[in-house]
Amino acid sequence: MKGNEAIAHAAIRYGVDGYFGYPITPQSEVLETLEALMPWETTGMTVLQAESEVASINMVYGGAATGKAVMTSSSSPGISLMQEGMSYIAASELPALVINVMRGGPGLGTIHPSQSDYFQATKGGGHGDYHYIVLAPATVQEMADFVGLGFDLAFKYRTPALLLADGIVGQMMEKVVLPPQRPRRTPEQIKEQCPWAATGGSAGRKPNIITSLELDSAQMEKNNERFQRTYRLIEQNEVRYQEYFTDDAEYLLVAFGSIARICLKAIEDARARGIKIGLLRPITLWPYPYEAIARMADRVKGILVVELNAGQMIEDVRLAVEGRVPVRHYGRMGGIVPNPAEILDSFESQFNL
Amino acid sequence: MNIEDIKRSENKVYSKPELLNDTPMHYCPGCSHGVVHKLVAEVIKEMGQDNNTIAVAPVGCAVFAYKYIDVDWIEAAHGRAPAVATAAKRLNPERLVFTYQGDGDLAAIGTAETIHAANRGENITIIFINNAIYGMTGGQMAPTTLEGQKTATTPYGRRIDLNGYPLKISDLLAMLPGTCYVTRQTVHTPASVRKAKAAIRKAFENSMAGRGTSVVEVVSTCNSGWKMSPEKSNEWMVENMVPFYPLGDLKNNSEK
Repeated sequence: MKGNEAIAHAAIRYGVDGYFGYPITPQSEVLETLEALMPWETTGMTVLQAESEVASINMVYGGAATGKAVMTSSSSPGISLMQEGMSYIAASELPALVINVMRGGPGLGTIHPSQSDYFQATKGGGHGDYHYIVLAPATVQEMADFVGLGFDLAFKYRTPALLLADGIVGQMMEKVVLPPQRPRRTPEQIKEQCPWAATGGSAGRKPNIITSLELDSAQMEKNNERFQRTYRLIEQNEVRYQEYFTDDAEYLLVAFGSIARICLKAIEDARARGIKIGLLRPITLWPYPYEAIARMADRVKGILVVELNAGQMIEDVRLAVEGRVPVRHYGRMGGIVPNPAEILDSFESQFNL
Repeated sequence: MNIEDIKRSENKVYSKPELLNDTPMHYCPGCSHGVVHKLVAEVIKEMGQDNNTIAVAPVGCAVFAYKYIDVDWIEAAHGRAPAVATAAKRLNPERLVFTYQGDGDLAAIGTAETIHAANRGENITIIFINNAIYGMTGGQMAPTTLEGQKTATTPYGRRIDLNGYPLKISDLLAMLPGTCYVTRQTVHTPASVRKAKAAIRKAFENSMAGRGTSVVEVVSTCNSGWKMSPEKSNEWMVENMVPFYPLGDLKNNSEK
């Protein structure tokens, strides 16, 4: 099935309580699949087509505030519209899942695949100091798996997660093993797991208030310090990445998402010609695998960062490398996806091979 | 006679609603918000919904509503309360869910969320405070500001050719099939307070019965923003606001 369809199936099977979304190419199949599967008849999951992405993200805020597992999905321009709400969700320490199936920008841009929302996703696209846990799927299988992983992490740290996919993995069809069906949590389980939630059932406790507002600056600084402690904990515990052919690599490619798979083919071709290249694929884009890349920087002669953008993740790679080896970039923009030969050509010319 | 003798229960003629806590309100003396808060707190308790309510606060003067009424609250982003309430109610259908919003929140920045929540017939109540001005930010023009009304951003009075017309959003909401009850009230006299309370009760009952969206507009005063005494504000409201925003039910399908 398509990556977008896998997200819909995985959401129902995880026991998600609510999905709120607005159509936009190339991810409309998420909402379409959910509406076709009618999960309100089976698991009791709510599915609602909202009037805008602004409404969608605020519905996610409202649902998450009551302790429910809620999500939305969109593509780049829609995610831009959601940034205010995403900041509120982070500031209110609410677990939620947002999915961005990226298309080329800026502006209305193109409907074709891109990775040009990396800065927005990893550096905090809205206002204030906050992070989303950012997961980058490269396969349809990971599209399905990361729905559950995203929710698990979001509830573990009481902070929202973002699945940063692209139009390729959203539209691509692959075999996928769907997770087993889990029941949705009962009201008692939600009360136990989310004692902070505005469930409305306030008997025997003080009222729960979900807000990001605090006019006392001293208290607001304390709140920010609490957010930052959570982020440091996530940085310690949740960095995920995958290495390919790095044992004997003399050069390293760094790429995330579907483009990493095209890099793998380029590496195969290079190795057939005796050029030893490895690949490091960050799975979490925040927290970022700085240490893993730093270790590789001590072993290779050069690093090529391959992205579907003008050079965004390369900034994090350079932060990790700290000037020890040359770091170059090969990027395509506007919805263009390079083939393995183009990646290899760029690699060879940038490293004078 | 000492104070303890007077405080006996048989002498009691009035008490503060149980759900209204002792936090000092930040509202200006003479503001209508305090009265409406009291009515909301009373109706929730009288309906036995005090452990069954999710309230949604706006951005505007009522931003701190959650500090005063002891139920669970969600503080929404500016204008988004109906979207927040939509999810809260759909995911918790057994709860009483209402929003409490001002004219800027509901009829300017949140117009889309208001109209679409009402048009979907979400089983929520919208308490709408219309004081024809932005109170919290210091008295700027609101969508409901009357023609000729002076505000911080219409210092010579609202001009239709520059600023457009005041928006009768409740009339618009009453046209939508998703609303079951749209009413316009005031709280400037004891009689009007009683009527407003009955309206809030009817709206909350509709929400619990699943009849669709209920809207209770309260035409209100903002004596600070209007730069008048509380008493003068009430007079000005009756003379200027009420003729443009006539009181009474715009729609009442509560029994259907």
